[in-house]
Amino acid sequence: MKIVVGGEKKEVADGITLSELIELENVETPQYVTVSVNEEFIDAESFGIHKLSEGDEVEFLYFMGGGR
Amino acid sequence: MGRHIQGVKVKGMKITIKQSDFDRMYEHALSQRPDEACGLIAGHESEDGIRSIDKIYILTNTDHTNEHFTIDPREQLMAVKDMRSLGIVPLGNWHSHPETPSRPSEEDKRLANDSRASYLILSLEHEDEPVLNAFHIEGAQDSRTVRKEELIIVEG
Repeated sequence: MKIVVGGEKKEVADGITLSELIELENVETPQYVTVSVNEEFIDAESFGIHKLSEGDEVEFLYFMGGGR
Repeated sequence: MGRHIQGVKVKGMKITIKQSDFDRMYEHALSQRPDEACGLIAGHESEDGIRSIDKIYILTNTDHTNEHFTIDPREQLMAVKDMRSLGIVPLGNWHSHPETPSRPSEEDKRLANDSRASYLILSLEHEDEPVLNAFHIEGAQDSRTVRKEELIIVEG
């Protein structure tokens, strides 16, 4: 099926989960990545069970923070 | 107002920011005191490795404190989409240190998870003499390597 990851169209296996996509995309430090699907943020606890669907738009956003 | 833009020359680690963007960042950071201010930087990178900031994004610090910042992820998402529509790329982020120098704190280093990013820190320690530095941070979380980038203010 076709999905969009970071603005780029990708062909992935039907029913791929977010966890599998994170691995497939070699996302660095995934524990600090926020994921949105169709502009909805997904809880990290759900990455392993959240299956993607045809046409989904996925964004990986690095947590941006710091302190003095 | 004095503007101290510091940096040392490191081959391939040069980044430019427009005067107008610096002014906007500074004015916003002043207005947010005592809280830290934050946002994203985006632009393009030339073949010789010089990074040019074409746009700064002023985003919400959801922590609303003078000790920490977290960029609102929803605003971050909108900013990334805006970059894409403009044909520019994310270059990193910026934040202010209202009371401390322009250098990455231990927390800044710990949370610098994108080794491709430039991290800009604007110090308001001396209100009328803001200091802006750019840093490259990489390596394992417990042994980060920090290098200062050459930051240049350009007209615009």
